[in-house]
Amino acid sequence: MKSIPEARLLATGACALLLMAAGSAAAKVEGDTVVLGAAVSLTGKYSVNGKNTKDGYDLAVKRINEMGGVKVGGKAYKLKVLYYDDESTPARGAQLAERLINQDGVKFVLGAYSSGLTKAIAPVTEKYKVPHVEGNGAARELFTEGYKYLFAVLSTSDYYLRDAVNLAAEVAKEKGRDPKTLKIAMAFENDPFSLDVRQGIVEAAQKYGMKILVDDKLPPEINDMAATLTKVKAVKPDLLLVSGHEKGATLVVKQTAEMRVDVPIVGTTHCDSAKIAETLGKIAEGVLCASQWDRKLSYKDKWFGSADDYAKLFEKELNYPAPYQAAESTASVLVFADAFARAGSFESEKVRDAIAATDMMTFYGPIKFDETGKNTAKPMVLYQVLGGDYKVVAPTKWAETKLVFPRKMPQ
Amino acid sequence: MDNLRLLFAAPPLSLQLLLDGILIGAIFALAAYGMALVWGVMGLINVAQGELVMLGGYAAYFLYRAGIHPLLGVPVAAVLLFCLGWALYRSVIFRVVDKDLFISILATYGLSILLQQLANGLFGANVRTAESGFGTLVLLGGAVTVAEIKLLSFGAALLTGAALLVFLRRSRMGQAIRATAQNARAARVMGIDTDRVYAWTFGINAAICGASGALVAMTWIVHPYLGLPYTVRSFMIVILAGLGNVVGVLVAALGLGVAENFAGFILGAEYQAAFIFGLLVVILVWRRFSLARQRRYLT
Repeated sequence: MKSIPEARLLATGACALLLMAAGSAAAKVEGDTVVLGAAVSLTGKYSVNGKNTKDGYDLAVKRINEMGGVKVGGKAYKLKVLYYDDESTPARGAQLAERLINQDGVKFVLGAYSSGLTKAIAPVTEKYKVPHVEGNGAARELFTEGYKYLFAVLSTSDYYLRDAVNLAAEVAKEKGRDPKTLKIAMAFENDPFSLDVRQGIVEAAQKYGMKILVDDKLPPEINDMAATLTKVKAVKPDLLLVSGHEKGATLVVKQTAEMRVDVPIVGTTHCDSAKIAETLGKIAEGVLCASQWDRKLSYKDKWFGSADDYAKLFEKELNYPAPYQAAESTASVLVFADAFARAGSFESEKVRDAIAATDMMTFYGPIKFDETGKNTAKPMVLYQVLGGDYKVVAPTKWAETKLVFPRKMPQ
Repeated sequence: MDNLRLLFAAPPLSLQLLLDGILIGAIFALAAYGMALVWGVMGLINVAQGELVMLGGYAAYFLYRAGIHPLLGVPVAAVLLFCLGWALYRSVIFRVVDKDLFISILATYGLSILLQQLANGLFGANVRTAESGFGTLVLLGGAVTVAEIKLLSFGAALLTGAALLVFLRRSRMGQAIRATAQNARAARVMGIDTDRVYAWTFGINAAICGASGALVAMTWIVHPYLGLPYTVRSFMIVILAGLGNVVGVLVAALGLGVAENFAGFILGAEYQAAFIFGLLVVILVWRRFSLARQRRYLT
């Protein structure tokens, strides 16, 4: 039997060895492979979307490597992503970002899922001046901090349901009603993303002079919206807008039907990832869903072809329909690939400047960053659940069909 | 206080909140029965209570996916969870039964994290729901609605409570459970296999939680992280009602449901959870509750 000091000595030795091994493995380019790093949520409350994120990254890497990788300085390099599980907790995410950069020597970071995680990781990548391209942190505060190394391919979260308000104003005008008379009821989970969505709605409502009658914030522990919906039912609003990830989307559909809360326009985020049309059936009819991307949009690029081609490839490789969370993750990798080629180097500063100068078209939509690092070229999409399917109703330029108004209460 | 004014202007709203509160309170009552039973008989506070509810929900969900009506899933979930409870006792709980209360809280807390993460790993973090296909009763010309599933849950909760009482009073095992709760050592001397009694007790607790979970999956949603509020509510109800009182548990649970709904309406949903925790503190102070080891049984 070993005495305790001996065991401790052994442990110390093992740790030192590990550290040395980590130090020697530190290289951003291994042979002809350039390594990107990412902390994604494989466990914890974001594990569904975390997997979407990882799948999106993996598909992009696979496709780019199949097409010969990226050419930098006349040599073709393959891409590889080093993953850690951030357990859906911001503190862990920040820790892992440090580890990726300091121990693993990663010089290019792909984003985590959710604004909360991105908010924790961005200061780290900023500190080490490591370019950080993300497709899943949409909080707008991320882009008011003056970060120079953070870039987002997606529309910020205050745009998610703004168009639902615009659409309601449009419809009201068509029906000869002053948008000013519209009344809004809304409920949001108390997290950075949903509160941004709320901010966007508040701004849009102010623009039209609409009244906000119910404005509830749902704590994350809440699994029942009955109290809020009782209020909504009492004030009879023209719009009901909810943002609370998959839980919020499922609850609002289920409970508005059950409590007979009849509102002409009901809009929510995350209803495609919550699969409301597929699992809730006819009670989901007429609900508006905000989405970053849709396979029916007419965007195209050289890697995947059209948005629809991407969706088909995704489904073939991963056996489930491509959610927008995966599409925006794939687009983040494409930004790196494009920037490497234009920078002609793997030097962080050069790559960072190349990313900042990005102006490209992808299957996911146009990508062009403003000086704060967010993509301002791509609009949001609004679906309506019609006949058990998601139909694009806004922006009107790509609309498949006209908004069905008012939403008919399923009986 | 616009919300308060709204409440007075439209009385049906109060009725709606009251009904919703009572009906959801019944589901809380189920998990609280179980907690009171385990606490009273075995002297341990099961922090994994909410996770048992969650697993019951998944059992009902998967049965529903297999084409079995979720209402039939309720007893099946109860039986499945009974087996799980039994297994948990035989593997983990028996080690902490006679230990300090603090150790049992730690052990079951660990268990709750384990079950949560297992569910997340096995079933994914997706939000699921078992469609019961039941409709809604519309009262007062549409001003008040009651989901039929909530009424059924209410009935099921009352039935389970009654069955538990009868079981404890009439059956041999029930008598053994009560004897063990009164004095475990004396019970052992009299030839009662207290180990077996504990296994049964924990199994019954898990079964009750499983039934309530199945009702939760039908009424709302189920996901791996829904447990904690159920644990907290059960704890609160048991503290309020005391350990030896089935009727007290039911009344406390209904009261909590109603209070929660009114708080959500008047203060806004953001304070609904805060209200529960605030109430917990108030009740703890008021009852001058000490987490001393105490054994009592449900009567």
